[in-house]
Amino acid sequence: MVGTIPNINLALLVPALPLLGFLITGLGYKRFKNNQAGIIASTCIGLSFLVSVFLFFVLRNSGQDAATVTLFNWIAVGNMNIPFAFLIDHLSLTMMLIITSVGSLIHIYSIGYMHGDNRINSFFAQMNLFTFSMLLLVMGANYLVLFIGWEGVGLCSYLLIGFWFKNPSFNYAARKAFIINRIGDLGFILGIILLFFTFNSVSFSEVFAQASTMQIGTPVITVITLLLLVGAVGKSAQIPLFTWLPDAMAGPTPVSALIHAATMVTAGIYMIARSSILYNLAPITLNVIIVIGLSTAILAAIIGLKQNDIKKVLAYSTVSQLGYMFLALGLGAHSTAVFHVTTHAFFKALLFLGAGSIIHAMGGEQDIRKMGGLRKKMPVTYWTFLAGTLAISGIPPFSGFFSKDMILVKAFEHNIMIYILALAGALLTCFYMFRLLYLVFFREQRLAGSHPHESPKVMTIPLIILGILSVFGGFLNIPSLFGGDLSFSNFLQKNVFSLVSEEISHSTEIGLIILSLTLLSLIIWLAYRTFIRRAVVPAADGELMTPITRLVTNKFYIDEIYTTVFEKPFGAFSNFLFKKVETDILNPIVDGVGEATSVLGMLTRRLQRGNMSFYFFAMVAGILLFIIFILTI
Amino acid sequence: MKDISSAIQLIPLEHYILLCVTLFSIGLMGVLFRRNTIIILMCIELMFNSINLLVAAFSAYHSDPSGQVFVFFVMIVAAAEVAVGLSILVMMKRNVDSVDINLLNRLKW
Repeated sequence: MVGTIPNINLALLVPALPLLGFLITGLGYKRFKNNQAGIIASTCIGLSFLVSVFLFFVLRNSGQDAATVTLFNWIAVGNMNIPFAFLIDHLSLTMMLIITSVGSLIHIYSIGYMHGDNRINSFFAQMNLFTFSMLLLVMGANYLVLFIGWEGVGLCSYLLIGFWFKNPSFNYAARKAFIINRIGDLGFILGIILLFFTFNSVSFSEVFAQASTMQIGTPVITVITLLLLVGAVGKSAQIPLFTWLPDAMAGPTPVSALIHAATMVTAGIYMIARSSILYNLAPITLNVIIVIGLSTAILAAIIGLKQNDIKKVLAYSTVSQLGYMFLALGLGAHSTAVFHVTTHAFFKALLFLGAGSIIHAMGGEQDIRKMGGLRKKMPVTYWTFLAGTLAISGIPPFSGFFSKDMILVKAFEHNIMIYILALAGALLTCFYMFRLLYLVFFREQRLAGSHPHESPKVMTIPLIILGILSVFGGFLNIPSLFGGDLSFSNFLQKNVFSLVSEEISHSTEIGLIILSLTLLSLIIWLAYRTFIRRAVVPAADGELMTPITRLVTNKFYIDEIYTTVFEKPFGAFSNFLFKKVETDILNPIVDGVGEATSVLGMLTRRLQRGNMSFYFFAMVAGILLFIIFILTI
Repeated sequence: MKDISSAIQLIPLEHYILLCVTLFSIGLMGVLFRRNTIIILMCIELMFNSINLLVAAFSAYHSDPSGQVFVFFVMIVAAAEVAVGLSILVMMKRNVDSVDINLLNRLKW
């Protein structure tokens, strides 16, 4: 039920504060010195977080599930009536809390990380604009407001990936991210248009109210969900549109943490979870999501095994984890997917910020082959990174265990093959994360002449807070096996409609957990044996490799395939249009019109001789001709 | 009024038309073939007045006074036009010391 709740209008403050921060830091970017912009930006997001927490209690005490806050009537044309409204319910509150909490920590961290950068004020302005757009995305009460946020985060992603724009390859990465997202957005727009034509509304409440009366498998719903899925696939970096995310690591590390790990890339998952009613009506789409999610999870994990750039490993890990979220969505376990979004936001932001701390300490070095032995020199980073690694690997009682295990259990219920593949992906995740951990922190330092040091407090404190969240975040949603009551899933259940129940028999669950834990310990031991005992360091770039290793190291040549299949033909076609159509056909026509006019002018100007008698004569002759013309009609 | 109209109508309309066409043609020929600007202006007046005469004649034959009223307007405009034309003529005489229209040939491409 939607009703009026006292103080709910405070929700407007949540996006307004980051917008204010953006305006202050953006307009005054020449004025602020040192950390001023960072402090303003962090304060705005922090206040936004406090308001979100307050709203959480307001909504809980009101006893209602959702509230709509209308700012103004935005589009009113004919029978189309779209208000600019925010929807405050359990799902959007969850996302708001994630965005503002992780966002404020990353902003604080950035004060230390970006210290001394001469465009630090622009950086914070763009980060605030991003947070504003992201909040708009998750708070919008209809698909159009969501879409504004959707495009806004895409823009900020582009700006921030290319933040160090003096490096051409960073610019290329920014363009790549923007263009690939554009492909997805095209599907998203078409989906919204079709949605409007079908339901005559884009507001969530009206669309879902109408959709809940429809039959399962209605073709138009399948088409709509598939089109929306295209947008989600682009935004959340799934096969086939995932190649932009690893390249997006060109941006500063806090950007990777905030945009390309914790928040923006989960927008697609949020959107599908929000539209759960529609997706539940389209079994075909759900199966497509399972295939996409599972294949992305495994492919990205395999590529992650052979990456040597610390941020690239984490990027592929993000793609892989997003694949798990998609898998959960496809299985109909929407609230589980959102739970994994939450825990992933904590531990992946932690891992990225930890990586940033390492890069900071190593003076910009990102190659894990050159690191090593940082455990003693950077204890805070080490312990928090370890917590993040254990969390993402799914070791109990860290947060990733609860969310990932829940997805695996759902997969087991659905189909044993999906379970085996998903488990294999989880094991790969565990292996590459421990490979990263061992190579970076253990044994001796391999890069001579550098003196790593622990990062300043402004960077380590956010790490510690995120570390605590990564360790304990899973306790939000303890299954009944461990005496919990799935409070997080139940909280979401009011607004996100999962197809499958959250509970299965305890004996099966125990069996699955024991199986995965056994295999995980084996994998950790394998990684330990390879990288600590045998001290294997990944081969340098030029060394000989077996064909399979080369295939994996080169990311299955997917970028090259895209270049050959799409980019080159498209470029050739554009070239054809330019060289043949434009230069050889259109240009002569346009030039010809101009030249013909001027030739005509050259001829007729001879009539203007300046002789008055001739003008008189011409006038009389003209009048006579006119009279003759009239008379002969 | 009745008397004037009937007096005009004593002469057949064809005669008026012939006279007007003749006057108009004389004026036109003068404009086309003479080089003296004063004569050209006079010829233009001649053409004006031939048309005025024609309008007045038709007006009388159709018993419609508005034609004759219109003639007065034309005469007023013609008077104004003559004032402008003659002042141009004076300027021309001062500048090129001639009234030959063919000397004004510098306004061309």
